[in-house]
Amino acid sequence: MAQVASITLMQNDDARPIIDAIMADNPGVRVLNMPGAVKLDCDGKITVNRASVEERLGRPWDPQEIQLVLVSMAGNLDEDDDHFTLSWRH
Amino acid sequence: MSGTKKLALRQRYEYLTRGLDWETTYQPMDKVFPYDSFEGIKIKDWSAWEDPFRLTMDSYWKFQAEKERKLYAVLDSFAQNNGQTTISDGRYANVLKLFLTGISPEEYQAHRGFAFTGRHLRGAGARVAAQMQSLDELRHLQTQVHTISHYNKYFDGIAEWPLMHDRVWYLSVPKSFFDDARSAGPFEFMIAIGFAFEYLLTNLLFVPFMSGAAYNGDMSTVTFGFSAQSDESRHMTLGIEIIKFLLEQHPDNLPIVQKWVDKWFWRGHRLLGIVAMMMDYMLPKKVMSWKEAWDIYFVEAGGALFQDLGRYGLKMPKYADIATAEAEHISHQNWAVFYQYTHAAAFHTWMPDNEHLDWLSEKYPNTFDKYYRPRWEMWAKMEKEGKRFYNPALPQLCQTCQIPMAYTEPGDPTTICFRSTQYKGDTYHFCSDGCKDIFCDEPEKFVQAWLPVHQIFQGNCGGATVPDVLKWYHMNVGADNMDYVGSPDEKLWNEWHAEKLRQAG
Repeated sequence: MAQVASITLMQNDDARPIIDAIMADNPGVRVLNMPGAVKLDCDGKITVNRASVEERLGRPWDPQEIQLVLVSMAGNLDEDDDHFTLSWRH
Repeated sequence: MSGTKKLALRQRYEYLTRGLDWETTYQPMDKVFPYDSFEGIKIKDWSAWEDPFRLTMDSYWKFQAEKERKLYAVLDSFAQNNGQTTISDGRYANVLKLFLTGISPEEYQAHRGFAFTGRHLRGAGARVAAQMQSLDELRHLQTQVHTISHYNKYFDGIAEWPLMHDRVWYLSVPKSFFDDARSAGPFEFMIAIGFAFEYLLTNLLFVPFMSGAAYNGDMSTVTFGFSAQSDESRHMTLGIEIIKFLLEQHPDNLPIVQKWVDKWFWRGHRLLGIVAMMMDYMLPKKVMSWKEAWDIYFVEAGGALFQDLGRYGLKMPKYADIATAEAEHISHQNWAVFYQYTHAAAFHTWMPDNEHLDWLSEKYPNTFDKYYRPRWEMWAKMEKEGKRFYNPALPQLCQTCQIPMAYTEPGDPTTICFRSTQYKGDTYHFCSDGCKDIFCDEPEKFVQAWLPVHQIFQGNCGGATVPDVLKWYHMNVGADNMDYVGSPDEKLWNEWHAEKLRQAG
């Protein structure tokens, strides 16, 4: 069975550039829309890139800001100044 | 922009957590940390602890303050706009009653538990993460009380939540779950709450439930729910880090950790049966069935997780297959219990209408029409004939999970599952092999269980009759309990609705 790496975000204006960045940067991403939240799934690995979010947001963005809109996740987390990544790869 | 002058995230985190540790000299370290060895867990090197969130205290306060500002703006707006009148249906308020009496007090228990582990773990990184979580859990309780206090102005069954949590029969299920975790050692607590509850099971509690609140027009609850859940991702990460850390530190830790994973998975599965019932029966507008949520959040997400942890030798929790099979039954069996005992519960029950029955048939094609729909139709018929069914007998409770013995045999939904064992000349009863195993491993702990039905029979709950006991529960009889139809809640809801229709002309 494929191991699904996943991020669930709130459905709101603050989250939208992050959702868009994930959709653009993770080929094959699957989307589950729920009232108030959206679950984004990828086989193996899913990543949020700072640069990609900043491009959409038009201002500097710290990956830790994702905590304001993050609902849930699955995978091992790796976070630094440039990205926020969940994966099952080692 | 991460300028070059600014410290990188990794460095900032290093500075926060390293150097908080020192070898004590006035007292030996084993006296300073007296609880971290009796469980048998072996730690060779606490400095190997990694917290991937690397959240420093200044960022923590900044983010938490921002979350609070957003939440309280929504609460104010909800109250100013009389949001309680625009929820999907008056029945919805019963979800909040169950949440505040059954779940919010566990946020407080988690706060206490993480404060304890945040003091008693020897590694600074783990201590900082546990202390942040302790603060988060206190915030969750506070925001839930603030949010639901608005509903308390209009709906019954909410006012006495702390006392009810300590006394009312079904609330001993979540209470005893956390009492068990908090009276364990710090490592078992971390596996119980940090890993099994926060990582494996919390999604099942919060995500579909809060999405349900959004769908049912309860913006205040969805906001506290998602605000709490945004902390939860950090908690999930702590949970997965603790289990990986323990398994990496020493091979002797594996059997101990596996035993805790087995125990807390099963206990969590039993506890979440209440959520299953809320999702399938109590949300007027439904988001997904319990079975669907279980498939996404346990079968798929849990499957990926245990595949990953397999490299340490950790296996899927014992009885995971039985829990997955029970996802077809558990919400129906729980609702049947509360329907029969509605006179003793501080929220309202009802029989599903035809549309709701059809939804259940569609979501549970293997079980609902065969085992549950006929029973609901019979009870609805009895209601119409003025013979509404109440169960006057007090149920036997499982010694471990404290749930009434209403669950069925694996593979046979027509036979109630009973297990028992002897300990020091007494017989103890269980709802399942999972609960029996847990008892048999720690009998001295579980013989002390405060079982509500036993306590009633022993005369410790206000008296010998049902009215005596309900008085001791501080239950406002005729308002807090019984069916939704005919309740003051329903009357109020219908008045609001009629007013809206009148204004609309």
